[in-house]
Amino acid sequence: MKMIFGRPAGLTETLQRYCPGCGHGIVHRIIGELLVKLDIRERTIGIAPVGCSVFADEYFNCDMIQPPHGRGPAIATGLKRTRPECIVFSYQGDGDLAAMGTAEIIHAAARSENITVIFINNAIFGMTGGQMAPTTLPGMKSTTSVKGRDIGKQGYPIKVCEMLASLDGPYYLERCAVDTPRNVIRTEKALKTAFAHQISNKGFSMVEILSMCPTGWGQTPVQAKKWLGEVMAEYYPLGVFRDLSKEGK
Amino acid sequence: MAGKKLMYGNHAVVEGVIAAGCRFFAGYPITPQNEIPELMSIRMNEIGGVFVQTESEISAINMLFGAAAAGKRAMTSSSSPGISLMQEGISYIAGADMPVLVVNIVRGGPGLGNIAPAQSDYYQATRGGGHGDYFTITLAPHSAQDLYEFPKLAFELAEKYRNPALILADGLLGQMMEPVEFSFKPIDPKSLPEKEWALCGCKGRERRVVRSYDLKAGKLEVLNLRRAEKYAKIKSNEQRFKTKYCNDADLVIVAYGTCSRVADAAVKMARDKGFKVGLLRPITLWPFPMDVLGDMVKKVDNFLVVEMSNGQMIDDVKLATECRSRIYFHGRPGGGVPTPPEIYKRIEEVLGGAR
Repeated sequence: MKMIFGRPAGLTETLQRYCPGCGHGIVHRIIGELLVKLDIRERTIGIAPVGCSVFADEYFNCDMIQPPHGRGPAIATGLKRTRPECIVFSYQGDGDLAAMGTAEIIHAAARSENITVIFINNAIFGMTGGQMAPTTLPGMKSTTSVKGRDIGKQGYPIKVCEMLASLDGPYYLERCAVDTPRNVIRTEKALKTAFAHQISNKGFSMVEILSMCPTGWGQTPVQAKKWLGEVMAEYYPLGVFRDLSKEGK
Repeated sequence: MAGKKLMYGNHAVVEGVIAAGCRFFAGYPITPQNEIPELMSIRMNEIGGVFVQTESEISAINMLFGAAAAGKRAMTSSSSPGISLMQEGISYIAGADMPVLVVNIVRGGPGLGNIAPAQSDYYQATRGGGHGDYFTITLAPHSAQDLYEFPKLAFELAEKYRNPALILADGLLGQMMEPVEFSFKPIDPKSLPEKEWALCGCKGRERRVVRSYDLKAGKLEVLNLRRAEKYAKIKSNEQRFKTKYCNDADLVIVAYGTCSRVADAAVKMARDKGFKVGLLRPITLWPFPMDVLGDMVKKVDNFLVVEMSNGQMIDDVKLATECRSRIYFHGRPGGGVPTPPEIYKRIEEVLGGAR
């Protein structure tokens, strides 16, 4: 029998524990494939976050480290500065990157550390049970904003790509999504570009990926994809926010 | 580098760290240790090492976590409030069994406190400091010479036991100038063996994972029990101390760091007046030199603990002696430094007519 679809060598055989319809599995697969396609698996060190994808340290088939909540970019700095021959990526959720680790991501970007950050924005805290994230949309319900995020009391969401694009440091910033096949292909392209920039020592790259969390959103997987495309992507527009390669740098 | 040089304690740390083969420093300025990052920024640049001035001490300790996980000798320095910020990272590093060196040039606390020398971070240093069951190997220098030599010892112990190590020095030691002898041959980092646990890409081997968690039922208990065995081994192998005039002593002063220097002068004053007084200077604060105190208590009736705090190490002296002798305390908290006459007066009060 001919194998037409299998597990990429960049992923371990460990069974992933993500919920049905969750976007993490899609992004994991893209990264797992790229580790092989770019021939970097054997020199890559990955950083798992704290949150649902804490278990990423069991899923990616490369050296992995699991840091304190939000500190991935600082860990990445320590790894990359001492092992510049290695490819270092930090995989982070919105609690990890946009709440707890706000200082670490901003300063790693400002220093233009030669690392790749993969930022999963699903507008909710998944692991802890659906609480409000810094990325939760205005009016969106969560277990700590049961009547919907009240801007007057709970403030506005943080748009990370736009925020980091205000800095001179980043080399490449793009926001993608994994709600449709077209967007999944676009995400793969963006991640490939981000890793390629690190391989060529260009500096800091981040790809923000809008991702479904049907469990946290109280939706079916199909509803979640629809909501991401119609509502979430309206608030968080997809696109390239910084690409210094276009400026010949 | 060879020979002898007059140096600040803070500068001696920098040269000691570099001579120990460390090529990674990350830190955030804070008084009274700013001379460390300042000189480090120049020296690391000269020798092709890494110097990162971070956005916070939280970031600094996590950069160390990364560099240590990469298998490299890595250090940071700070002072009390900054060390408090690092406790989360130190807990994770201890939980992942990674060797790093943290230097605390202690200032007055709590809170912002002041920038005067203090020893009030003893509990934090010797009781783990952050959350969870762990200890950090803690060395207490008392001179610029020690500040030059202890980083090498700290890295060796940290790597031998795969555990974070601390150097706990009061601000006076960092700011004081003393002659330093470059007493050992600098280590070439390339000569250090590759760690069999280091993250460096999984070419030709199984992938490696560095982490401090295990959510599977019962697994963390097993890991923590294994770590308890490691701590027991450190306690039995690594207690370090110095004694002076303790053989015939009616009273032994227990003091570390700057206090041990002051106490030394007070012991001389007391001996001149005919009082039989000795000095025990703990060099490792964790593991605390329990065994020597356990022996001493059989013949010494009085202990005087001198600290630049309201009394923290005194608890370990009580534990080590099981309170079988009389234990007195003289402390100067909040940046005060005791003087020899002050300590001598306490000796006179305790021993009275016993000369």
